[in-house]
Amino acid sequence: MKMEEQNGKPHQEEVCPGKKDKLNLESANALIAETKGPEFWRSLEELAGSGEFQEMMHREFPKGASEWLDSVSRRGFMKLMGASLAMAGMTACTKQPMEAIVPYVKQPEDVIPGKPLFYATAFTLGGYAAPLLVESHLFRPTKIEGNDKHPASLGGTDVYSQASVLGMYDPDRSQNVIHAGDVSSWGEFQNFIRGPLKGQEASQGAGIRILSGAFSSPALADQVQAFLKLYPGAKWHTYEPVNRDNALEGAKLAFGQPVETQYHLENADVVVSLDADFLYAGFPGFTKYARDFAARRNPDSGMSRFYAIESAPTSSGVKADHRLPVRASHVGAIAATIKDGTFLVKGFPQIDRGLTEEETRFMRAVSRDLRAHSGSSVVIPGEHQPPIVHALAHAINAQLGNVGKTVVYTDPVIANPVNQLESFKDLVADMNAGKVQLLILSGVNPLFDAPVDLNFAKAFEGVPLRIHHGLYQDETAEHCHWHINQADYLEAWGDTRAFDGTVSLVQPLIAPLYDGKSLHDLLAVLSGEPQASGHEIVQAYWQKQHSGADFDMFWRRSLHDGFVADTAYSPKQVAAKSANFAQSASPDAKAIEINFRPDPSVYDGRFSNNAWLQELPKPMSKITWDNCVWIGPAMAERLGVQKRDMVRVALGDAKVDLPVWIQAGHPDNSVTVFLGYGRKRAGRAGTGAGFDVYPLRTSATPWFTTGAQVSKISGTYILASTQGYQTMDAGDVTRPIVRTATLDEYRKHADFNEEKPPAELTLYPGYEAQYRSENYAWGMTIDLNSCVGCNNCIVACQSENNIAVVGKEQVNHGRHMHWIRVDAYYQGDRNDPKAYFQPVPCMQCENAPCELVCPVGATTHSTEGLNDMVYNRCVGTRYCSNNCPYKVRRFNFFLFSDWDTPQYKMMRNPDVTVRSRGVMEKCTYCVQRITEYRIKSEESGTKDYNTDADLKTACQQSCPANAITFGNINVADSQVSKLKKNQRNYGLLDDLNTRPRTTYLAEIRNPNPELEA
Amino acid sequence: MKDLTQVEPGEQKAPVMAPGHNYGTITDKISSIVLKKPVSKGWILGFLVCFVILQWMLYGITLLFFKGVGVWGVNIPIGWGFAIVNFVWWIGIGHAGTLISAILLLLRQSWRNSINRFAEAMTLFAVACAGMFPIFHLGRPWVFYWLFPYPNTMGYWPNFRSPLVWDVFAVSTYGTISLVFWYVGMIPDFATLREIADKKWIKYVYGMLALGWRNSARHWSRYETAYLLLAGLATPLVLSVHTVVSFDFAIGIVPGWHTTIFPPYFVAGAIYSGFAMVLVLAIPIRKFYHLEDFITARHIENSAMVMLATGWIVAYGYAFEAFMNWYGGDVYEGFVRFNRLHGPYAFWYFALLTCNLLIPQVLWFRRVRLNNFVLFLISMDILIGMWLERFIIVVVSLHRDFLNSSFGMYYPTQIDWAIFIGTLGFFTACMFLFMRLLPSISIFELRTLLPEAEAVKHE
Amino acid sequence: MQIFHRATNTIAKASIYGALLLVGFILWACIQFQRSPYVTYAHVARPQPVPFSHEHHVGAIGIDCRYCHTSVENSNFAGIPPTKTCMNCHSQIWLGAGMLQPVRDSYATGKSLVWNRVDDLPDFVYFDHSIHINKGVGCNTCHGPVDRMPLMYNEGSLQMEWCLDCHRSPAKNLRPRDQVFNMRYEQPSTQKPLLYEGKIYTDQMALGSDLVKQYHLRTVADITSCSTCHR
Repeated sequence: MKMEEQNGKPHQEEVCPGKKDKLNLESANALIAETKGPEFWRSLEELAGSGEFQEMMHREFPKGASEWLDSVSRRGFMKLMGASLAMAGMTACTKQPMEAIVPYVKQPEDVIPGKPLFYATAFTLGGYAAPLLVESHLFRPTKIEGNDKHPASLGGTDVYSQASVLGMYDPDRSQNVIHAGDVSSWGEFQNFIRGPLKGQEASQGAGIRILSGAFSSPALADQVQAFLKLYPGAKWHTYEPVNRDNALEGAKLAFGQPVETQYHLENADVVVSLDADFLYAGFPGFTKYARDFAARRNPDSGMSRFYAIESAPTSSGVKADHRLPVRASHVGAIAATIKDGTFLVKGFPQIDRGLTEEETRFMRAVSRDLRAHSGSSVVIPGEHQPPIVHALAHAINAQLGNVGKTVVYTDPVIANPVNQLESFKDLVADMNAGKVQLLILSGVNPLFDAPVDLNFAKAFEGVPLRIHHGLYQDETAEHCHWHINQADYLEAWGDTRAFDGTVSLVQPLIAPLYDGKSLHDLLAVLSGEPQASGHEIVQAYWQKQHSGADFDMFWRRSLHDGFVADTAYSPKQVAAKSANFAQSASPDAKAIEINFRPDPSVYDGRFSNNAWLQELPKPMSKITWDNCVWIGPAMAERLGVQKRDMVRVALGDAKVDLPVWIQAGHPDNSVTVFLGYGRKRAGRAGTGAGFDVYPLRTSATPWFTTGAQVSKISGTYILASTQGYQTMDAGDVTRPIVRTATLDEYRKHADFNEEKPPAELTLYPGYEAQYRSENYAWGMTIDLNSCVGCNNCIVACQSENNIAVVGKEQVNHGRHMHWIRVDAYYQGDRNDPKAYFQPVPCMQCENAPCELVCPVGATTHSTEGLNDMVYNRCVGTRYCSNNCPYKVRRFNFFLFSDWDTPQYKMMRNPDVTVRSRGVMEKCTYCVQRITEYRIKSEESGTKDYNTDADLKTACQQSCPANAITFGNINVADSQVSKLKKNQRNYGLLDDLNTRPRTTYLAEIRNPNPELEA
Repeated sequence: MKDLTQVEPGEQKAPVMAPGHNYGTITDKISSIVLKKPVSKGWILGFLVCFVILQWMLYGITLLFFKGVGVWGVNIPIGWGFAIVNFVWWIGIGHAGTLISAILLLLRQSWRNSINRFAEAMTLFAVACAGMFPIFHLGRPWVFYWLFPYPNTMGYWPNFRSPLVWDVFAVSTYGTISLVFWYVGMIPDFATLREIADKKWIKYVYGMLALGWRNSARHWSRYETAYLLLAGLATPLVLSVHTVVSFDFAIGIVPGWHTTIFPPYFVAGAIYSGFAMVLVLAIPIRKFYHLEDFITARHIENSAMVMLATGWIVAYGYAFEAFMNWYGGDVYEGFVRFNRLHGPYAFWYFALLTCNLLIPQVLWFRRVRLNNFVLFLISMDILIGMWLERFIIVVVSLHRDFLNSSFGMYYPTQIDWAIFIGTLGFFTACMFLFMRLLPSISIFELRTLLPEAEAVKHE
Repeated sequence: MQIFHRATNTIAKASIYGALLLVGFILWACIQFQRSPYVTYAHVARPQPVPFSHEHHVGAIGIDCRYCHTSVENSNFAGIPPTKTCMNCHSQIWLGAGMLQPVRDSYATGKSLVWNRVDDLPDFVYFDHSIHINKGVGCNTCHGPVDRMPLMYNEGSLQMEWCLDCHRSPAKNLRPRDQVFNMRYEQPSTQKPLLYEGKIYTDQMALGSDLVKQYHLRTVADITSCSTCHR
């Protein structure tokens, strides 16, 4: 897949043609062939004869991906663009400029210009793979989809992998090899490194240390072994700030060996979470778990019951039938109580573990429920709970006979399952001891995220030669002698394991934009075989695994399917060592506790410069572009703080000032802070966003500890939240926005769902005919029971539909552009509320209020029931949005789309218009996919109008929980038609008689009658 | 002798014009403003001030066109902000002019004769101000012409179901008719000025404008017919324009918009604010140009009475709105009432009630009606009140509609203010020019009020 | 004292009508301008790196459209032939021809030829060749007599009204699928009746409306929905 081959139909993505510096990708790409590396985007501009080329030459970054956080520079950029656009508006709409068209020289067979290809690959986070299919338009990856063939994905994805395509095209990614602050080259590095390595040969590499993130790649592991054979003295360390040490140690504690725990929620009637957020990205196996969990939440067939015990509100907790907010340090006691409760055949232990009346009652019910469902229940411990809690969970699951049924143990997925923190401590010790001459860091950023007490920076400065290999010139790269720009996973070969052990092959979708190097390449050089390419290394490894004549076949199939067949780990028989563990006493209940959590958007900070993730509303608070400190309502009252007030959080002698977010349902006397913000060298999107809380995080207590001081300080801070109001109460009434019932109510009287308006409430006879084509009538249902609020649909939609990012300031003005949003509502007691998620795309109303009022007919009804939005006709009165009761329409108040940065032009979906300034936009049900499907089926002449098999909207495709169903409601046996007949089906605000085509399935809870009383 | 233009309370109504005038004196007094009097310092100063304020608007518009409507406080959910508020407000103000000139003419209210001229001018300039905003508020102003039905290369028509398209017709018709009416009304006076003027070029200019008016009986008879016809045409517009404007909201389903009371209530409100503006202009003008003889206490008092009347119609509108919110029993309509009284904009709602309902009640007292200064303040207060009313209707209805998740707030930006205040500058600047260059009071119509004229009629 | 000449009256009267006429004329001019070849490029041949003649290759030699525009039947994009395609023949014939130098260079250097796009729709319009071919819309229905074009130009104005003209009554342009690539196809008339599927057609509308049924064309309402072309 070479850049030379990126030719074909020019899709200039504009609403209004003829912008003055119109840049032609095709012609430009022809040049990319010669010019490699950092000059590549310049040549693009140059070739396109852009007027701004000169200007660009003198600028560090290409204009366009403006500094979202810095309103000033953004404004400046706006002015420029506004000007050129206004002019374009006047002139170019009448006369188009000449457009070039550039064919191949030799056209590859498998390419049909205008038709995308899909390649299977995998994204890796913390060593765990997310198997993907990547849509590629003429060898430009444009959209990430889940690999439906892969057992660990089943078509679903998570936000991090969805957004990774933007990361690949990020113009802020490191574009050069840097030596002592100056641009160098890969070649020079190769020449240079020979010396130091030779110097190490004498001591067998005793001075060499390599620090990398956790990885599961067999090929890489193999390569590492080879390297260590070469330099026996060398040591390989692994450290990620968000790691699974607790799970690892817990397993050792319980079984004496580091085993991986897998859950089979499809078999679980009762699920108990001990502070585990297993329904959000970052939890290994999240996509699979979300799907299995959701499948068991169907009230019409054996609905499961879910108890969540959590130290900070999570999207998992929202889905719980019973949720118990407790401080993290208290979970141990609770786990122990449950253990005893389940161990006793009947009755309940009277050991005092400091549980309150309420908690005891809760645990009694939980234990009884667990006992009642022995073998079909599961207890899931949280990643950040100490080993003891994991051990207890293992014990409980074993006691209940869940092992083998809902819980399965396998070999660890991570290639070298070491305690990362210990490994890191060793490294620092060696560094302080001066044992380290040559330190190579790959894909890690310890100068930003190392535990503060280890004083890594000081030890670091002591190392004579420091080499950084990473995607960005980040905080750590800055202090390294060498920086080697890493190739993104979409640019390089590799392999990686999913949570179940299945190996995915990682194949490049595009030639490295900046000539970056993968870790394979780097290791090859270090091992003295620089000629070996990543492709050869990976293939060679698998040749060893799968010797035989049919290797070629095997290789092709594995590439095609996206995984190597039967590499999933088989269940492992492990005997629990003992079930009696030393109980750690719960600390003083008075002292304030502090939780450290990976941020739902930027994780540990590695995604800081991904604007899609930055602008992604956090599942619970809907805040964008920032982190904050979560404080429960009761505690906030005591402190006398409001949302957006600044507080000082002090721990020991470290202190950090943070803005407050009062999070309903947060346990009292405890606060939660989120890692990954406050980056100093992230890029235009990430630098300066939010607050760095790593200074509070020590190696002793990486996840939570007591003894924090929280004090109000002067000043407030703007937190840009995308949701106006987080309860359904308005005035003195509660609005029927999310309809709910308990399982019993639902079973007893299925008509709990409010009465709907008559189907034919209209003054116009023969009204149906107006918007119904006899073949297709598109409709969607969203199952509120299934939705786990993972935000996946938002990113998927953003990627599929070229949705612009607007930046914090604009979000704060209420101008975010997401076509689908996930509303979070809290009802009842603010300290322990019931919460609901509700994804809201365009409802595609049959009586669309927006259509009536548009003066130029820019939004009209298609015969298939789509509420078409025609950007190029829109004059921007915004009347349609005013008149839209769902407020799903988004307006380009400025020129939000980046029309300049060439990388983004390559990333865009050529089948969707890139909107310009002053036009309205909204969800289209992915009309580009519908059209493509319809054309295909018409050409094949099929008479089957059930589209379930081959047509999925972007949100539906990426949804791990299968909450979104889209299809043809003209066909009785289509999935969506069936769901719309379901009793739970209701239309949002359907009393307005807008007749929405998007309807919801009411949320049903399955509470334990014992606790309801 | 006692100045009859001032009446003490309890006395009989003031005359429409002070006695002792004849054709000559009227002509001299009015035409002298334009032709004889030197440009006063006050005029220059006032004009400059307005002109400076006008520059604000230009600055705002430039920014607006180069950056986009994002420079305003508008957002989702509040898609319409100051632009539409100002639009409705200005259109409303425009109404008084047409009402006075057309309807009162048809009703033979002779007292109108001395104020109709600048009332019409006011209408014209107000409509000009109003007309700008629909274009400003577009996301892509350069394609505003897509709202007009014309044979385009897209083979596509505007959406005639949309109130905004009705607006285009309503406002443009209104603008044209007002212009023609105003101009036709001035023709005889242009002729007069042509005769009196001494400088050749001035004669020339007014001569051109007079379209060869020769005061012949034939001219007059045709003129009367034409003028009456125009009046007939203009009359329905007074009602239609603001009715159509009210449809912009009434057609929408937004709680607080979707109500049938809007047309009458908008029209009344329009006249309310229109007369307020008339007074705000008339009171100073008659003072500075010593026109007390022609714009007598009679006019002032009548205008005040009209305000009182229309004020009560508006009051009825508010009451009925609130009642329906409650009586309708709809969750969302009900919340409108709650939100206005207790929401974040409650202060402004009460401010509105104070300005439009409470304060104007003092107009019941004749003493107040005859006190120019107080009247001036009250008129100002009503103008503010009516602007607030539009703000409440547009912004407060939008900021919290159906789904709590999309509740929002609207904070006007400097650009919002710059453009709004700028139009005030534009308006007053135009008025200054008008006062200086055109006969601000209809000379020939005043003549008809003279006893001589009566005599002529009776012969 | 008389400041105006008597004639002024007449002039004044005339000027009133004059003004009306002037306004009318300006509007008319604008409308015409929008549709003029200056704006639409209709019938304006584009400069090309190689003066490729469809007249010669299609008309004279009779090469089928699909030989070069390979993806026309199964993609939205008809496809522009890679240099390789040219060289299939021109590695044998016209070896010395100077005008073919750019082609040979491209083939040698691997640098693409840069053509000027002829039928250039606005970028917010999504046209799909394959479905039109599939429904019996002939190449030259939109592209004109390509086989008589020494240098390529676009036949229609490519303006929305032009597209809608057909989308609003497809029957008047449909032809049997096997005739789609026939550059000399003529619509049936009483002079030149057409025998199709055992039926003799003497007028296009009859044929068209039959084809509409046979090819399962979507209704006019369907194919004039905005999202048919705009996304």
